[in-house]
This record gives sequence, structure tokens and C-alpha cells, in this order.
Amino acid sequence: MPRTPTAEALAEAVLRGERRALARLITRVENRTTDAQDALATLHPHTGHAYVVGVTGAPGTGKSTLVNVLTRALRERGQTVGIIAVDPTSPFSGGAVLGDRIRMGDLVGDRGVFIRSMANRGSLGGLAATTGDVARVLDAAGFDVVVIETVGAGQSEVEIAGTAHTTLVVEAPGLGDDVQAIKAGILEIADVLVVNKADRPGVEHTVRALQAMLSLGHRLRTVGHHGQRMAVEETSAPPEYDFWDVPIVQTVAISGEGIAELVDALERHRAYLRQSGDWHARERARVTAELRARLQETLWERLLEERGAEALSAAVEQVLARELAPQQAVRALLNGR
Amino acid sequence: MSESKIRVLIAKPGLDGHDRGAKVIARALRDAGMEVIYTGLRQTPEMIAEAALQEDVDVVGLSILSGAHMALVPRVKQLLEAEGLGDVLLLVGGIIPDEDVPKLRELGVSAVFGPGTNTQEIVEHIRAALQRETS
Repeated sequence: MPRTPTAEALAEAVLRGERRALARLITRVENRTTDAQDALATLHPHTGHAYVVGVTGAPGTGKSTLVNVLTRALRERGQTVGIIAVDPTSPFSGGAVLGDRIRMGDLVGDRGVFIRSMANRGSLGGLAATTGDVARVLDAAGFDVVVIETVGAGQSEVEIAGTAHTTLVVEAPGLGDDVQAIKAGILEIADVLVVNKADRPGVEHTVRALQAMLSLGHRLRTVGHHGQRMAVEETSAPPEYDFWDVPIVQTVAISGEGIAELVDALERHRAYLRQSGDWHARERARVTAELRARLQETLWERLLEERGAEALSAAVEQVLARELAPQQAVRALLNGR
Repeated sequence: MSESKIRVLIAKPGLDGHDRGAKVIARALRDAGMEVIYTGLRQTPEMIAEAALQEDVDVVGLSILSGAHMALVPRVKQLLEAEGLGDVLLLVGGIIPDEDVPKLRELGVSAVFGPGTNTQEIVEHIRAALQRETS
């Protein structure tokens, strides 16, 4: 391969299973180069095979260690795993220290695993803007499972739920009282709740608070067209399989305790998604959201290009001078005046 | 829309348990706008080469205080070459006797930085070697 292969050549090498090409293409995707967009288009028909699992939770709950042992367990069940570990970019320097690999040393030397660290490059929401695209590259590369570990998230980093099929929210004892547990946001996106560090004191309290939160009412996931049920693909399951009870799984990631139960919970959720039609509903919702976001970005760029940045700053001045209301300024910009 | 960042792997091969220097460097490179993958203590050369491949880094920085550099560095270099990563910029920091520096340079190490090196010097070396002024 030439020193600087085209993204297209890299995409073809990715489909042949070449790991170096995979790593290099991910860099281009992260850098949002023009040729990476074409490469993604080449890969698109080869995607849709991977099961995407999101792992999120507050800093210090043990997400990376959990991803490490979860991956080992998935490997034991014969699944190949691509991991994307997202850490924050410094808003001051634009640089980042990406340290999630520290806890994933067990996975080295296994060609069925590929780990990639990503800086979020200023995106809020827990992921980088290109994390979804990188997940698709790993999908096209043939990984059975793609695990996405978000930045240490608080209450609003819920973007992962729009990217993953199954979202694990990781909690640990002693992080907050039960009021924290009923706050909106991150707990509401959980398909599986994990209480890690379950050997620590106070674990019963954490589990009870989470149970109370869950029993307070089931969130309704509004993912597109629930009415459009797809055909049931596995017929052995019970017929009334369209209600998902969020399980609480206790783990001690460092010793591997509870990991088998966690993998079982994932498999149950995956089966539920297939049988309820939610899998397709989520994919449809994801694609809808993505097209919308891409259209917004493209239309914004096109408008800026056509009107020029001066027109925008002129409009800002007019609004500041109270000559125009923001609504009028928008209309004027759209009408090209 | 396109933005590229210098990606650096900072690794501590060998058995000594001191990573203060490595962390200081990681932070300094972050503050210079680079993306630094820090892999922690006691990395084998195999782990380092694999991480460098998966992370598609431009630079590998090895921090070695144990005195085992003449064993570890050639092995890392050899594995990087085997993975097709021969052109990755290789830096060594830590406690390296003066007489070993030319030998390391000959092995393909771009620069050796001892204790007390100004971190800015390292940043500038990386930027110059990669011939990139940005990030």
C-alpha cells in the first residue's frame, strides 16, 4: 500500500480485514476529511451487522474496567469486539489525554478485539461528533459487537442512547443520595442499570434507590413508529415480548463478579429489541436524527456561503441595535436581503 | 470542517513503577493541543506496538527509568516496523546514560530527553519532526 493511500483504498482494505487500514481510516473519519465521506459511503452497504452497546455513567464508576471484563466475556462467547473509548478534549488547548486503555490491558494481543480512543473534540453529549461514523467503520470491518464508552457523564450526556442498540448506565455506591437517582437524564436512557463496585458498603442503598426510581414509572421510549412492528425473527420467545423491564445488575468489575449476569442481560435486551420490533424502530429513529443533523449542518454551511459571514454579522448588529427582532433577522437572511 | 490533530502514544515499558515523568509529558503535550493516549505502567513492547497501530499515532514516546532501554527500545522499534509503523516518530525519555544516546539514535530514535528537559522543547521537536505547525 502506498504511503498515503486514498480513503477509498483504505475502505477496501478495511473490508479485507486489514487492521492498519482500519486505524488509518478512523483517523480520516475523525478528521472529517472529504475523502473519508466517500469511504463511509463505500462502507455503508456493509454495515448493520454489529450490535452496538453503549456504556455510560459518572466518572469513577468503573466504566473502563467494566468494558474490559465485558469484552473478555463476549470473547469467551465467540464474539469479536470493537471498542471506542471517548474522553474529553481540553476546551483550552484542544488537546486531550486519553487514558481508557490503562484499564484494558487484558485485551492486548487478541486479534478479535480492536480498541480506539477518541477525544470528543468539543462535542457535548458524551460522544465526539464522529463517534457514530467510527462505530460504522468498525461495523463494516466485521466486529460482532461495538462497545462505545462515553466520557464520564453526568445528567445530560444522553447522546449515546441515540447511537447504541443497548445502553448500560453504570452507577456505583456512595455517589449520591436517592434524589440523584430520580433526576431526569442519564438514568432514563438506561436499558440495563449496572451497580458496579458492588462489594462496597452502601450497595443495598444504591440498588434500593434505583429500584424505587424504576418503579416510579416506566419511561416511554418514543422511538419512531412503534406501530410498525417488524416480523418476529426468533419464534421461540414468548409472544408478549414488547415490554422491557430495566434490570439492575450488580457487578464487581475488578474481580469479574456479576459479568456473566451482565452479558445475559445484554443478550436478553438484544432479543427483546429483535422481537419487539424496537431494533428497527431505533435504527429508523437514529437515521432520521442523523439525516436531520446533517441537513441542518449542510444547509447552515450553504447559507453562510451564499450570504457571506458579513451578512450574518450585519444581522447581529441590527438585532443588537433593536432595528430588527431575531425572527425578522432570520427571515431577512433566508430571503437574501 | 476538517481538522487534524497530532496523536501521541505515551507508554512506560518495563518494570519500574514510576510514571510521574510520563504523566507530566502527557499533560504538556495535551496543553500543546495534541491528543495523547496514555497506556499506564508496565507495558510490554507488544502492547505498545499494538496500541500504536490501533490508535494510528504519529508519535510514540517511551519513558524508561529502569535502565533496560537497550533491551526495550530495539524491541519496540522492531515490532513497530513489523506492523508497518516504521515511520512513526520514536522518542525516549527518562534516565539514559549519555553513551547510550548515540546508540539509540542509530536504532531510529528521533530524540532522547533526559530529566529536567523543558517540555516545550519536546513539543517543538515533535512539531518540527512532523513538519506541522498546527495543533
